[in-house]
Amino acid sequence: MPSKIIKDGVIVDDQWLLLPQDTTDIPEGPIIVPLSLWESKKDILAGREALGVWLDSDEPPEHIASALENFDLVAINFPVFVDGRGFSYGRDLREKYHYQGEVRAIGEFIRDQLFFLQRCGFNAYALSGAELESALDTFKDFSDSYQAAIDQPEPYFRRH
Amino acid sequence: MYIYNQYDQQLVDERVAQYRGQTERYLAGEISDDQFLPLRLQNGLYIQRLAPMLRVAIPYGTFNSQQMRKLAHISRHYDKGYGHFSTRQNIQLNWPQLEEVPDILAELAEVQMHAIQTSGNCIRNTTTDQFAGAAADELEDPRPYCEIVRKWSTFHPEFAFLPRKFKIAFCASKADRAAIQMHDIGIEVVHNASGETGFRILVGGGLGRTPVIGTEIIEFLPKQHLITYLEAILRVYNQLGRRDNKYKARIKILVRAMGIDAFRDKVEQQWALLKDGPSTLTEEEFERSKSYFHSPEYIEVDDSDADLKLQQQALQDPGFGNWLKRNVDAHQAPGYAIVTLSLKTTGYAPGDISDVQMEAVADMAEQFSFGEIRASHQQNLVLAHVRKEQLFALWEQAKTFGFATPNINYLTDMICCPGGDFCALANAKSLPVADAIQRKFDDIDYMYDLGEIDLNISGCMNACGHHHIGHIGILGVDKKGKEFYQISLGGSQDRDASLGKILGPSFSQAEVPDVIEKILNTYISLRIDGESFLDTYRRAGLAPYKESVYAK
Repeated sequence: MPSKIIKDGVIVDDQWLLLPQDTTDIPEGPIIVPLSLWESKKDILAGREALGVWLDSDEPPEHIASALENFDLVAINFPVFVDGRGFSYGRDLREKYHYQGEVRAIGEFIRDQLFFLQRCGFNAYALSGAELESALDTFKDFSDSYQAAIDQPEPYFRRH
Repeated sequence: MYIYNQYDQQLVDERVAQYRGQTERYLAGEISDDQFLPLRLQNGLYIQRLAPMLRVAIPYGTFNSQQMRKLAHISRHYDKGYGHFSTRQNIQLNWPQLEEVPDILAELAEVQMHAIQTSGNCIRNTTTDQFAGAAADELEDPRPYCEIVRKWSTFHPEFAFLPRKFKIAFCASKADRAAIQMHDIGIEVVHNASGETGFRILVGGGLGRTPVIGTEIIEFLPKQHLITYLEAILRVYNQLGRRDNKYKARIKILVRAMGIDAFRDKVEQQWALLKDGPSTLTEEEFERSKSYFHSPEYIEVDDSDADLKLQQQALQDPGFGNWLKRNVDAHQAPGYAIVTLSLKTTGYAPGDISDVQMEAVADMAEQFSFGEIRASHQQNLVLAHVRKEQLFALWEQAKTFGFATPNINYLTDMICCPGGDFCALANAKSLPVADAIQRKFDDIDYMYDLGEIDLNISGCMNACGHHHIGHIGILGVDKKGKEFYQISLGGSQDRDASLGKILGPSFSQAEVPDVIEKILNTYISLRIDGESFLDTYRRAGLAPYKESVYAK
């Protein structure tokens, strides 16, 4: 049975296989490859149907900026939930590189971060260790925000 | 002062609900200690040595009588009947119950207060001059800009999990009363040749284990770009700041490692994407923010008449004269003055205030200063708009409640962290050291003869007591499980900021007051024509102090 994730505000089956850091074999089907695998096997991977890449917290999106059209999905890993670099990576993907595909949070992030992740351009969350149904409530923690971000490009002071 | 609109209130209420849910999940065992840690910290809750500590935000140090009364009520009902003003213009409660914190936050929200981002690795409370909007040497009131930054930094989605805490301070006057050079970002409000407002921005200052004075990153940033520029700095820091070692995680380490020019280049690149975008501030937004900080309705007063009367009162009552000279500052409006209420009375921990005293301050603020109160980073309180003819009456009330110690900026007006008596991080106690020094130098004539001296005490390297920038700094250190104190000289927090130099080997707690006495006597013997402690040190250097202190 495929695992469940939150995507675009609902709980869905996850179709993707996440390949760990040291993978060398490339299986069939939708896969999310580590950056190192993408960099070493670009010629094999490019043009493949249903390809995703994942970035670790010390791998900023500029590594894949020129190759984004190859990916249906970019996943950003949170090795520990207090490592907040991924929040900026999400924004960079959307704002700087205008990436339109799925941006997925993976790793050790926690449900209390979902509201902020959404604001930073994430739209999918492979959340572990929490009940997904109740985690959905977290997106409604705040009714609005002061700052401009991906979900609301106008800051509060321009809207009121 | 700033008044919440419906939306500000809603956000704070939603935060209380969010934290109540988090606390319930924690108590039910659904979230781990590690996961709960940043959640409670970003709501101001530390776990201290003996009990939790709740730090309540006072944005840029301005609050009112109603809020002070609420703090009195909370400290009485949920705590042990006192609070502690910190060096970041906040107030700390030392004995709340973790289970009751959501209720405390709900009570605070009733009076437009909160504990949001008073701790944790996020953007903290923006601080400024405690005399803002009143100081005679002020270019503009910095608080409208502080308020704009407060909004931007509150629940900033990208910067809630930074490498380390992040502190921003503003100043807008000749004297820098906000120590902006000692902040992650220091912002000075300036005017260019055409009279337009902008900001001179410093980056990478800070105390702690590696004290650094901030470096200028931009000389004049036109005001509309404030938010986009700050966002660019933070985004660079969030991505490149070190996360492998918490002692090397502050922005000062990054700026120093990269060099200011390379750091500025990165910021400029990031800023190019944001500049002139939707976060660019509008004239309407500046006007809206300023509308909350209009001067109060001053009464027209003949200033020279008022001064003459004060002189007569000072002659008749030298106690009042002392207080007038030390605890009262020049105001920008004729006939008005700024009063500092000293929280540095011998026998009481610096910055501590009881519930009864809080209510007394609330009453005095209403009677004498338009119901407005300030907290200073030197851990005193300020009534910023007092009519000169009411100073004498105010002084008498201040005396009754223990606020009239005439020592502002003098030796016994020490900055001091809570230290090992409360704080889990401390290596040594700081409060007994402060107390012993206050007792030893209680002779007021001697203290005045010494002139203005900043003496700052921290119980550990984290430097919450700002020991690096005291003219005399005392740092608690741990030597094989015993508490010792290292002394430094020559620090300064003003425009001519400097970091103190360590005098030599450290001392036991009992030795400290005598060592301070030797340092002061050395100063007295060296000074020429009323030279200040700091100037004398800068001229004569460390050597003579070293000789007298360590002489066998």
